[in-house]
Amino acid sequence: MTMPLIKTEPSVEIPQATATVLRLSTPKPSFLTTKVLPALGAVATRTIPPLVMLGLILAVWQILCMKPGATLPAPSKIWSDAYDLIVDPFFVAGPQDIGLGWRVLISLQRVAVGYGLAGVIGILLGTLIGQSVWAMRGLDPIFQVLRTISPLAWLPISLAAFRDSQPSAIFVIFITAVWPIIINTAVGIRNIPQDYRNVAAVLRLNHLEFFYKIMIPSAAPYIFTGLRIGIGLSWLAIVAAEMLTGGVGIGFFIWDAWNSSRLSDIVVALVYIGLVGFVLDRIVAGVATVVTRGTAAS
Amino acid sequence: MSGYLKIDHVDKTFTRGSQQTEVLKEITLSIDRGEYVSIIGHSGCGKSTLLNIVAGLVQSTRGGVLLEEREVDEPGPDRAVVFQNHSLLPWLTVYDNVRLAVDKVFSGTKSRAERRAWTMHNLELVQMAHAKDKRPAEISGGMKQRVGLARALAMEPKVLLLDEPFGALDALTRAHLQDSVMAIHQKLRNTVLMITHDVDEAVLLSDRIVMMTNGPAARIGEVLDVPLARPRRRLEVASNPTYLKCRQRVLEFLYERHRFIEAA
Repeated sequence: MTMPLIKTEPSVEIPQATATVLRLSTPKPSFLTTKVLPALGAVATRTIPPLVMLGLILAVWQILCMKPGATLPAPSKIWSDAYDLIVDPFFVAGPQDIGLGWRVLISLQRVAVGYGLAGVIGILLGTLIGQSVWAMRGLDPIFQVLRTISPLAWLPISLAAFRDSQPSAIFVIFITAVWPIIINTAVGIRNIPQDYRNVAAVLRLNHLEFFYKIMIPSAAPYIFTGLRIGIGLSWLAIVAAEMLTGGVGIGFFIWDAWNSSRLSDIVVALVYIGLVGFVLDRIVAGVATVVTRGTAAS
Repeated sequence: MSGYLKIDHVDKTFTRGSQQTEVLKEITLSIDRGEYVSIIGHSGCGKSTLLNIVAGLVQSTRGGVLLEEREVDEPGPDRAVVFQNHSLLPWLTVYDNVRLAVDKVFSGTKSRAERRAWTMHNLELVQMAHAKDKRPAEISGGMKQRVGLARALAMEPKVLLLDEPFGALDALTRAHLQDSVMAIHQKLRNTVLMITHDVDEAVLLSDRIVMMTNGPAARIGEVLDVPLARPRRRLEVASNPTYLKCRQRVLEFLYERHRFIEAA
């Protein structure tokens, strides 16, 4: 047997490489570069596009309404006409001459009462309908008809019933906001998993405990959908209701301004209404995300 | 022996319109205090319905359930259920899920501090104390089942009802949890009624195995004693001749005498 030959390379002297480590100065991450700048960037990406669009719209509007004989005021004219309304929302110059901020607050007060009532009653009625087959069969068709009635159509009836503009306006808010809250709550209650009902049965939770420990948390995402639709509708309705009932709210202000041909004031009031409606929606949505965080995660 | 929990001539018929489906027929079973009894059968044989009748969640058509010589026909914490799909409330933390049960059952007998301690004690029993502030969505399936078990144990039930508690878990997690349940049963000596479709699980955990025939009108086909000494260890028991014989008996029952015939 022959052993396989193993070829070995003759050892060669390997030249030793010499090197020194060069320390490159690494820029220390400062608070400015890690926190402030990215935050500013995020804010900029969200605010710059709408601001640019707003500028464009204002420019087009200005061009369209600048020529003499234009029926609507241009932005520049609104600025000069309604300067006091724009810069100071909270002035008080007389019983009927107050800033738009005050008027919005008065309207919001009515909305708060009407919407609050709608929230409480809507959730309770929705629970009843969701929980009881008979209540659903009896009430659901009626509600489905009633909810299509325009809020303003309720106004004469409520004026006749309450004989006062303040409760009538509140009633209109209530009747506008209550339907989506009822219907969404009922759907939420009907969708409570049987598992949770079994848990409640084994623990022998009474009706009240079942209501606030199982039903409300479990149906919370649905309820908040209803509440969010409701707040939007109430804000839509209050302006219309106040136009008809008078008083000092933002709706009446628009009607009053129209009667005295102050078109610039109307435009400013519209901007107020839009911004407040937006804020209201954001508030309810914000509360919803905080409250339903646990439920939505399942 | 008189029996601690007695299922007495229970029939169950579901009626939908004019259609009647007989699910359970003449179920009679007596379980002693501290006994671990499994009910095994093919799916659809009505074993979950039987457990729900014992739990009081479903009413029997005829016959009844006696616990300590008293009839029970509505749900209650003396027959705590561990549900197949954990049934934890997702908006509550692990601690609050157990605490809800503790508060309800011991509202009159334990102080606040005692209830807190009792909640933590039960979480420690299932080795879940570390996750007490997590929500169910943030823990694994096996952990959820542990919390469900802690919630049931915390009610200090006379009978613990397990409805396929390990069914939705992977094999490793299941084995781990079975060991935990065995250890807890060893320590607390609860009376346990467990529904399962896993032969090994039934033989490993139970003192007796109740084998049910196929539905409709399922009956108790055979009751098998498992005379294995406790504590049982998974690895040692696996080669034990008694274990193998019991396993063989159950398999024969399920796969030869009462083979599941799928409606084609």
